[in-house]
Amino acid sequence: MKFRNLALAAAIASVGLSSAVFSTAAQAQAQDQFFPVLVYRTGAYAANGNPWANGYVDYLKPINAQGGINGVKLTYEECEFGYATDRGVECYERLKGKNATLFQSLSTGVTFALTDKATVDKIPLITAGYGRSESQDGSVFTWNFPLLGSYWVGADVAIQHIGKQEGGLDKLKGKKIALVYHDSPFGKEPIPLLQERAKMHGFELQLLPVAHPGVEQKATWLQIRRDRPDHVLLWGWGVMNSTAIKEAQATGYPREKMLGIWWAGAEPDVKDVGAGAKGYSALTLQHGAEPNSKVVKDMLAMVHDKGQGTGPKEEVGSVLYMRGLISAMLGVEGVRQAQERYGKGKVMTGEQVRWGLENLNLDQGKLDAMGFAGVMRPVQTSCTDHMGSSWVRVHTWDGSKWAFSSDWYQADDKVLRPMVLEAASKYAAEKNLQRRTAEQCAQ
Amino acid sequence: MAFFIETMLGGLMTGMLYSLVALGFVLIFKASGVFNFAQGAMVLVAALAMARFSEWSNAALGGDSLFLANVIGIVGAGAVMFVVAWAVERFVLRKLVNQEGATLLMVTLGIAYVLEGLGQTFFGSEIYSIDVGMPKDPVIMFEGLFEGGVLINKEDFIAAALAAVLVAGLTVFFQKTAIGRALRAVADDHQAAQSVGIPLNKTWVIVWCVAGLVALVAGIIWGSKMGVQFSLVTVALRALPVVILGGLTSVPGAIVGGLIIGVGEKLSEVYLGPYVGGGIEIWFAYVMALIVLLFRPQGLFGEKIINRV
Amino acid sequence: MFYRENGQFKTSYAADQQIFTIAQDKWFVWGLIAFAALAVPMLADEYMFRAILIPFLVLSLAALGVNLLVGYCGQITLGAGAFMAIGAYAAYNFMVRIDGMPLVLAMLLGGVSAAAFGILFGIPSLRVRGLYLAVATLAAQFLCDWAFLRIGWFTNHSSSGSVSVAKLEMLGWVIDSPTEKYLFCLAFVIAFAFIAKNLTRAAIGRQWMAIRDMDVAAEVIGIRPMFAKLSAFAVSSFFVGVAGALWGFVHLGSWEPAAFSVDRSFQLLFMVIIGGMGSIMGSFFGAAFIVILPIFLNQFLPLLGSLVGVTVSTAGISHAELIIFGSLIIFFLIVEPHGLARLWSIAKQKLRLWPFPH
Repeated sequence: MKFRNLALAAAIASVGLSSAVFSTAAQAQAQDQFFPVLVYRTGAYAANGNPWANGYVDYLKPINAQGGINGVKLTYEECEFGYATDRGVECYERLKGKNATLFQSLSTGVTFALTDKATVDKIPLITAGYGRSESQDGSVFTWNFPLLGSYWVGADVAIQHIGKQEGGLDKLKGKKIALVYHDSPFGKEPIPLLQERAKMHGFELQLLPVAHPGVEQKATWLQIRRDRPDHVLLWGWGVMNSTAIKEAQATGYPREKMLGIWWAGAEPDVKDVGAGAKGYSALTLQHGAEPNSKVVKDMLAMVHDKGQGTGPKEEVGSVLYMRGLISAMLGVEGVRQAQERYGKGKVMTGEQVRWGLENLNLDQGKLDAMGFAGVMRPVQTSCTDHMGSSWVRVHTWDGSKWAFSSDWYQADDKVLRPMVLEAASKYAAEKNLQRRTAEQCAQ
Repeated sequence: MAFFIETMLGGLMTGMLYSLVALGFVLIFKASGVFNFAQGAMVLVAALAMARFSEWSNAALGGDSLFLANVIGIVGAGAVMFVVAWAVERFVLRKLVNQEGATLLMVTLGIAYVLEGLGQTFFGSEIYSIDVGMPKDPVIMFEGLFEGGVLINKEDFIAAALAAVLVAGLTVFFQKTAIGRALRAVADDHQAAQSVGIPLNKTWVIVWCVAGLVALVAGIIWGSKMGVQFSLVTVALRALPVVILGGLTSVPGAIVGGLIIGVGEKLSEVYLGPYVGGGIEIWFAYVMALIVLLFRPQGLFGEKIINRV
Repeated sequence: MFYRENGQFKTSYAADQQIFTIAQDKWFVWGLIAFAALAVPMLADEYMFRAILIPFLVLSLAALGVNLLVGYCGQITLGAGAFMAIGAYAAYNFMVRIDGMPLVLAMLLGGVSAAAFGILFGIPSLRVRGLYLAVATLAAQFLCDWAFLRIGWFTNHSSSGSVSVAKLEMLGWVIDSPTEKYLFCLAFVIAFAFIAKNLTRAAIGRQWMAIRDMDVAAEVIGIRPMFAKLSAFAVSSFFVGVAGALWGFVHLGSWEPAAFSVDRSFQLLFMVIIGGMGSIMGSFFGAAFIVILPIFLNQFLPLLGSLVGVTVSTAGISHAELIIFGSLIIFFLIVEPHGLARLWSIAKQKLRLWPFPH
């Protein structure tokens, strides 16, 4: 009897299993512009993934109420991948079947895995503030858009900022800068640029990797205590950041001498350390925490006051929430730009969205109109520059909130450009790709 | 020299915390022959429960008494761990008496998934903090003796002391009390224990409860140190070489193993790491355990494995 | 009624020793292969291929390898992910560093490299056993994770530590569409499944099983434990290494060491134990269970939620996914500790008598 029940259950389960798996592909039909949302709301990085995802989704919600993008309605669907590359690829394949026309992978690992696939599927990949740095070169990386900044931009500005604190880049000679990084492609991205800069200015670069997920850093900080580097760059994500700051406190390393990348400069990284993190600075991807900006007030009015907010209300305007919001905005504006050329009120294809992203031109007027005044600077992309802007500010934690503590910096193109070109050419040679010519770009 | 001592001390304190998690493994293995991979998940659930109960009680009572909130948190988390222990025995272990080690190992991985899912469903998946009033700033000692002094992390020190007390308490509990004897009897031979009137099921609940309490202490210490979030489950992976090095069945082994691994991995990372690019501590711990195994297959303190044909 | 061996007489030793002694079994397997090779390419869509079938095939090949070691030779390993990584990175290096290297040869050489390391990391098995061995193999896992991240030579000095392969080509056949990739993997899996089946029927497989059942006794009857254990490690790592190369080259296209992390090792051991230790078929069941179930739950739960009128949040779904996945593992192990393969063989037993059991 027991066996019969089991067999029956197994049979039903397998039928259900196969039907559900087969049915997903069939239901995709598009009268709407579909926005896939890859998120991680669980797992080791959930605390940081959550606000990003909430901001992203919140931005998409009111657009339909305002008539969509020139009348085209938006739909979106979240897919949870827990920062695991293979689940991310599965999400990509699943959502692609629902007519996704742009992806934001929110993980450097997934970006690497999708770079080849997106080219074949003709779907643009927006990696605002992450991904591979050399993909700035749009003539090789046709489908990648590291909008607003890559890790090389971050690394470059970090050195500029430290130079300024020391009283000039020439003062860096003989200094020692330690890079505490997440031992993954994400953390290793800035190393080539930092090495280049170290050669230029004659400072010593100390590399200190921290294994995923970064909860055990005692040995790292003991080394920092012994070697007393003049500055520490923190290239972490998730729990690694707060642990690093706590260890810095525990070993008495001054937080004022620490500078984080923009993924190490949000509320979840410091909140739990509180006063102990006072003085810690981080780069920003243009925006910081912006609770007073117009777009945040709009979000509160249009989404949260109607009870449609995705996350808690207090989170609106926090750093990672803003990053999600801006990422969504860039995607939407890419579609809008594509419609300018391929017909207003039509649903765009992946190739058309790609053109839109490549010809994005968000000037100050447009940004102000959308409520992003003071949050970010204009973005203009082109065939050769898929980044559109390389401006960065620094903000500092004062014990209870993030506040800007520097002027705008721009990454030095003289350093960046040759490296981007070289790395992109290497990629093109590996993959037997031809660099797009000026005519191909114009198409 | 001062730096060497500092690294040693840091390693010893980390090691003490590893021992704490390793102890959870050893307790359950001794009493039920189960290698409990869910120990990490138990640490997570215990810490989550503790953090959230104290947060909620603070909100509900409107009080700002840290002490009261922490007491409520600990009691709540203890209750949760009891429910976990009871449920594991009632729904899982009871049905798997006398199965092979590999099957039981897999079952605990299943339990780990369930606990991770349930814990995050009930208590959320953000970062929460536990504040039991641990001092965060370092002290510098022996400044007269060495140049620059020796930096001691007060928080680590207290944590290590707590762990040591717990370990001592458990040793007494296992060696001297009637329940402790019953637990050891069950570990030696299920059937013989049952035939002299030791209730198997109750014993298992007790031992899982004790492991749950150890997880709670580990959760509070680690949680107060690095915030309560999902990565606590990975602590279990760091404690595995400790268990193997010390021997799966030995409580003192878990402690000595923890200290050796803690010191070994810190020293290797600090003195060897820079030559090979760093980040070696995790595999170094495993390789250390492996080398010990090659000479003593049962670990340093484990019971000698006798093969019978 | 249909599954009956009455009247099937074996008149030669060859007939008696074939893989499937019952004609229906043989037809069934041929039918299955024909279905997988001919019908599936017509039925399945791109999503099925890329997100489900290809991972399923590759991981079942890896699970097969692990099963040879764990199920047939009784040596528990938690380092399978490391051997996948060695296979993938070795194959990558053979491709990059030797001009005109044929794809299949590179993958097989990747497997050979994994086998060499398998022997090396199998040495502790001569001294330790059981859970101690499982943890010892974790040393291999963490060492490999570290080596591929830190030693630039393995990744052809890619700055990020991530490598990617150019287009796949075999004898002028460019493998780029999902269907072709699927067929490529399928060919590997079928070939290796037959090799595995035959190995386990041969002298070497019998030695492994003798070691598994009682190593001291096996030694007494003249089986060399060193040869048997190390050969099991080598063969198993070879299978796992080839699977790793397929995972990197065909499924991911570009990868980082995290693709072969310790989670992967656990996943593979899961597949073997859930599917059934010491069963070729079980490896496939296990892989199907572990690959498809989470994806299915992830898609099915929102549907279920909308049926009862509840919208479940993304986080809620993945928590529920964890809970259900864990519960099912516990459930299956309680009902059938010997894995899904045992259910399968019980089903076959019952089918012999069906519909007249008495």
